[in-house]
Amino acid sequence: MTNAALIKKKRNVQLMWVTICATFAVITVGTLAFLFYWIIVGGAEVISWSFITQMPEQNMTAGGIWPALVGTIYVSLLTIAISVPLGIGAAIYLNEYAKQGRLVRLIRLSIRNLSGVPSIVYGLFGLGLFAATFGFGRSLIAAALTLAIMVLPWVITGAEEALKAVPRSFREGGLALGATKWQTIRQLVLPSAIPGMATGAILGLARAAGETAPIILTGAAYFLPIIPHDIKEQFMALPYHLYILATQHSETATVRPIAYGTALVLIILVILLNSVAIFIRNYYRRKNELL
Amino acid sequence: MAIKEAEPIQIDVREQFQPYFEGDVKKVFQVEELSLWYGSNQALKDISFDIKEKQVTAIIGPSGCGKSTFLKTLNRMVELNTNVKTSGSIVYHDIDIFDPSVNLVELRSAIGMVFQKPNPFAKSIFDNVAFGPKIHGVRNKKKLKEVVESSLKRVGLWDEVKDRLNESALSLSGGQQQRLCIARCLAVEPEVILMDEPTSALDPISSAKIEHLIEELKELYSIVVVTHNMQQAARISDHTAFFLHGELIEYNRTDRMFSNPQDQRTKDYVSGRFG
Repeated sequence: MTNAALIKKKRNVQLMWVTICATFAVITVGTLAFLFYWIIVGGAEVISWSFITQMPEQNMTAGGIWPALVGTIYVSLLTIAISVPLGIGAAIYLNEYAKQGRLVRLIRLSIRNLSGVPSIVYGLFGLGLFAATFGFGRSLIAAALTLAIMVLPWVITGAEEALKAVPRSFREGGLALGATKWQTIRQLVLPSAIPGMATGAILGLARAAGETAPIILTGAAYFLPIIPHDIKEQFMALPYHLYILATQHSETATVRPIAYGTALVLIILVILLNSVAIFIRNYYRRKNELL
Repeated sequence: MAIKEAEPIQIDVREQFQPYFEGDVKKVFQVEELSLWYGSNQALKDISFDIKEKQVTAIIGPSGCGKSTFLKTLNRMVELNTNVKTSGSIVYHDIDIFDPSVNLVELRSAIGMVFQKPNPFAKSIFDNVAFGPKIHGVRNKKKLKEVVESSLKRVGLWDEVKDRLNESALSLSGGQQQRLCIARCLAVEPEVILMDEPTSALDPISSAKIEHLIEELKELYSIVVVTHNMQQAARISDHTAFFLHGELIEYNRTDRMFSNPQDQRTKDYVSGRFG
């Protein structure tokens, strides 16, 4: 083959692969865009300030989704409040203090595998442990504890990766000045790791807010048009509400627009929660870089 | 006429040449039969020599000869690696640093360290220098300011940074960062400063400043510096130890080491035949 032909062939092969990869990218993004479009078109009809802030009425065929929205926010925040300290503590121990060996590798592998356990299994586990054995009943706290256990692998893994990314020279520098290990971790390692830790928490938060199976079993109510005032009360939640409206309601066709509206609010809520977390992450990242 | 017998003139040679009489200079470290293993790999073999107080001791040798390992053993930073085993002893004043009763926080406060690559923390210039005093319990703002100022002055950085103490230390140049790291080390008021190839990541002008600084600092501190720059060792050190394959081949006054090495391997190395 001549040199020119070879060059041409190489260019064609290159072009072919770029096209294939680009097609896959378009399919992925297109699916997402289509999904968003469908939900936005469907939800835009019903969504309004009163839809968000009113109680559901007339057997959920009218009114809004306020208690479901508040319930989801409560349970997500509670989940993060429980899982972040636990997860970061565990990550610090595993990464900084535990003697690295077979046992720690086994623990780490178990944590990674926990993220693959189906959520219904977490739901049944939470029902048995938190609702029944601990006597919390089906409640906000039982659901939040269950979700917290479920998102823990994300939080721990994110925090561990963040700790690993802190330059070794910070630790050496601190220890060489006679700082204790804890002083070094607290004052030099953690500040640099916060942005990465926030990323793990974001992933956990997004999953907790959208999860349905575990909360059905551990505390979400079918229909409960009040705002919970105590962590031992049951609550409504957006994903479960959506599930009911779409499949369990006696007049699914009538409530279809409300279902779309609920889906839209849920997606917006998750995006908002993520944005806040991303903002926190970027804030700390900037602060570390520039002070 | 009786000639009076001349009185013998008494010259105290030792006094005249005091700095060069090894016996008279106090030791800060007494290394005895020190061996060190990383797992099953022996990195230091049976090393014994004394490191003199308020002098600059250079440790030279080719890459992988154990010189950095040796330096990090002096403040036990080497133990950050996994699977490190040591035998023998390093007596610092009267204490064996491997004794279980030794408090690493105190040891490392007394034996400061400067690293090969400048490693300022992602904090302000002020907070970098104040970090050491703060973790050792200095809370008084005025005292902290004094310590920061005097430490920065001692390394000749004060005039360059006094108007931007709150800026990130990462905004400084490499040479400035290294002097900042030395200031950070001085702020803890150590007695010994260990330096691990402190100029190898710097340009010649910054290196010259650090070398000059080392010569000033030896008035007050005992300095051990690892370098693979033999000219640097010759310029700044009083004593030189030559390491090869984890062994101490030769240890002598620097001038003698370079003008009249005793061991053939030292001769080959300092004349640039290998390494």
